[in-house]
Amino acid sequence: MSTIVLLAVTGLGLAALYFLVASGLSLVFGLADVLNFAHGLFLSVGAYATWWAADFMPVEAAVLVGVAAGVATAVLVELILIRPLYRRTIEQVLVTVGLSLAGVALLQSVFGADPRPFPRPTWVEGVVPVFGARIPADRFLLIGAALLVFVALAAFLRYTRYGLIVRAGVENREMVTALGIDVRKAFTLVFAIGGAAAALAGSLAGIYFTTVSPGTGGSLLIFAFIVVVIGGMGSVPGSAVAAILVALLQQFVNYYGGSGAGDVCVVALLAVVLLWRPKGLAKA
Amino acid sequence: MRRWLPWGLALVLALLPFGQAFNAPGTLNLLALCLVFAGLAAGYDLLFGRTGLLSFGHALYFAIGAYLTVILMNHGFALPVAALLAILSGVVVAALLGAVALRVDGIAFSMVTLAFAQVGAIIVARDPGGLTGGEEGATIAKGMPDALVGVVNTVNLYWLALAYLVVVLVVLHRVGRSPAGRVLSAIRDDARRVGVLGLSPYRYKLMSFVLAGALAALGGTVYVLVVGGASPHLASSDLTLTLLVMVVLGGPGSRFGPALGGALFTFLDYQLTDYATDLPGPLAQPMFVLGVVFILAVYFFPGGLARIGVTLPGWLRRPARQEA
Amino acid sequence: MILDVHELDVHLSGLHILQGVSFGVAPSGVTALLGRNGAGKTTTMRALVGLNPGTGRVLFDGADLAGKRTHERVQAGLGYVPEDRCVFAGLTVTENLRLAARGETDLDLVYNLFPELLKRGQQQAGSLSGGQQQMLALGRVLQNRNRLLLVDEPTKGLAPKVVTEVAEALERVGATVPVLLVEQNLAVVRRLAGTAVVLAAGSVAWTGDATHLLGDAELTTSLLGVGR
Ligand SMILES: Nc1ncnc2c1ncn2[C@@H]1O[C@H](COP(=O)(O)OP(=O)(O)OP(=O)(O)O)[C@@H](O)[C@H]1O
Ligand SMILES: [Mg+2]
Repeated sequence: MSTIVLLAVTGLGLAALYFLVASGLSLVFGLADVLNFAHGLFLSVGAYATWWAADFMPVEAAVLVGVAAGVATAVLVELILIRPLYRRTIEQVLVTVGLSLAGVALLQSVFGADPRPFPRPTWVEGVVPVFGARIPADRFLLIGAALLVFVALAAFLRYTRYGLIVRAGVENREMVTALGIDVRKAFTLVFAIGGAAAALAGSLAGIYFTTVSPGTGGSLLIFAFIVVVIGGMGSVPGSAVAAILVALLQQFVNYYGGSGAGDVCVVALLAVVLLWRPKGLAKA
Repeated sequence: MRRWLPWGLALVLALLPFGQAFNAPGTLNLLALCLVFAGLAAGYDLLFGRTGLLSFGHALYFAIGAYLTVILMNHGFALPVAALLAILSGVVVAALLGAVALRVDGIAFSMVTLAFAQVGAIIVARDPGGLTGGEEGATIAKGMPDALVGVVNTVNLYWLALAYLVVVLVVLHRVGRSPAGRVLSAIRDDARRVGVLGLSPYRYKLMSFVLAGALAALGGTVYVLVVGGASPHLASSDLTLTLLVMVVLGGPGSRFGPALGGALFTFLDYQLTDYATDLPGPLAQPMFVLGVVFILAVYFFPGGLARIGVTLPGWLRRPARQEA
Repeated sequence: MILDVHELDVHLSGLHILQGVSFGVAPSGVTALLGRNGAGKTTTMRALVGLNPGTGRVLFDGADLAGKRTHERVQAGLGYVPEDRCVFAGLTVTENLRLAARGETDLDLVYNLFPELLKRGQQQAGSLSGGQQQMLALGRVLQNRNRLLLVDEPTKGLAPKVVTEVAEALERVGATVPVLLVEQNLAVVRRLAGTAVVLAAGSVAWTGDATHLLGDAELTTSLLGVGR
């Protein structure tokens, strides 16, 4: 029993990371049609910025620095690299591919290829007893952060003018412009949001895995892609549900079926969802 | 005349090892590798440049060809049998996964192929039954034909790689000129119109996917012979991304562009790795340099090397022209 | 003329769809843009609002629209109601209206024309009936101050009663704002339009008085086809 609880909570922690990466990816894709391979870079930038800043300030504040760095990177990427290629979807993908390759190499040259120990706030070191299981406290940090972001995103989408524009733009971007709205401003905003969430995920991944390396972003990104497709592109609740599904499946099968089996199951789940609902869970 | 030019070029490449400057085993090995990747990139272009399918999972078929060849040879199969089985496996896997992945379009297809290929990477990393060797990779321990062993026979490996490239290019040329090839380029330009003609884009896309998978698996076989073994990098998504970079640099959809891009990229990658370590900062990282070059190429040289004769003069003329 | 279209050319997917379309829209009343299926009416409307790339000159109230992006054209007072409604299915009726609001709006007018929209404010637009969706599509644009309305087949696929309702609304709006109206229902055209511009195969085939056109059976048949 206690193993199951531990696995479930750890799985939810992983789900939190997936959700943070996938939600931004999904919104960017849903609104702007950009498959952003550089999204993993935003994550790594956030993680390394936090790692760097933690020398001068408490980790909690350093995480905010990381998020700011993620936002700055995302906005710059959108304005300088993505925007000039507006509507040329394939070229946009290509540019983000180039960026992800060059970006990882850049991080490697600055911070080295080896993993660096990541600073952890002291209050995540303990364990919390839940139903007889001893759960490391950092799991709850991850889950709490993701919940917070989920609620904030939902409120943004539901109650703000830009949220309205984003929701409408995901459905039909052209029609939004035909109502007299400059939808490209919303693109930048969505990139910024995605950059923030990814950078936060980067810091949290650092705390969770206790190290950070240039490749961290890339490996999380692949599962985030899977989450986006399963959840339905452009849907934040879809991403949330799919993140939980994918992470729990992965966690449990990896434990009971041997390492790697869970990852394979996740891909099988993707295939099943595609055959059953090609547009993802969120869209009937 | 134009018809014979490619064959003339192939002949020159075939005779290259007789030149003093090229016959050092190290050089020949690098050139062989360049030729393998030239063939791989050209095969990948069947999907990207000619059918308009952006697959992020091409490494899977390359890895299948490479690993199965090594594994089967190490289990006592003769090279031809091992190669044949490896390629057949590539075909079967491509058919199965392609049939699912092609149910979605565009970018979703890209993501799905990426996910499927990830399974290959995971299996390779897990080293089931000690077959793939995990991080270490797998080396060919036995069954290597005498003609391919030893420093003096490096030239044979070179010719083998060249033969692979020629096979790929001939297949692509054949396909391109066949009615099916014309359907493929119609799909690339506008899949809906093909549907209107009463043809099923799905079947043609799948055909293209399977053929590209077979060519990649064959490439994997040739690769392990040239290099002597397989490493987990072959199955990684990064490998597919580099194939994409090669194709885009060379010129997607063009006849020789992708092959040229593949050869050049591989060459530069190795050269930069050797010489760039003294360069300051990120310049020491080949991937940084190549990634940046790639981004610049996407912006300023659409159509890659194959169209540089058009794009470069355009850029050179531009400053002189007044804004209209 | 509130709108002057001069030698408009549009290419789509390599096809030359509009070939030198020229016409004007009167500063008041309804101008009908007619033509058989596939004549290029929608393509023209989309080019005017900047959704299709086109070459040629388009003057809106004397100002050249060249280089202006879609949202800038709309903000300049070019209200566009697309063919097939294009309401945002996942947004409520109120949200659809709120999204489209530019500056000072007159929602009273909209709710007055289409009381149904007020009643169904919280309903998802995707679950509205076709007629209600059309009302929403019109309401979205009519709440704003426009200097010209481009309305593409507002009565397409609607029941006769709803057609009348939509026509009435357009009649009221047309009294204050000039309208360029694409319409297949000739009864509606007869009721609303002053001038008619007829497109055929991507060019203007006829321009003149709408009543005259519709009064001439032979002309109507040759320009618009039979059976209407
Ligand atoms: N994106 C496109 N690519 C290629 N051809 C197009 C495209 N859009 C429209 N066309 C073609 O342009 C022509 C004009 O289309 P358009 O939609 O303007 O016709 P229409 O007059 O509005 O017809 P209807 O009365 O049926 O609405 C048609 O032949 C159509 O097939
Ligand atoms: Mg139309």
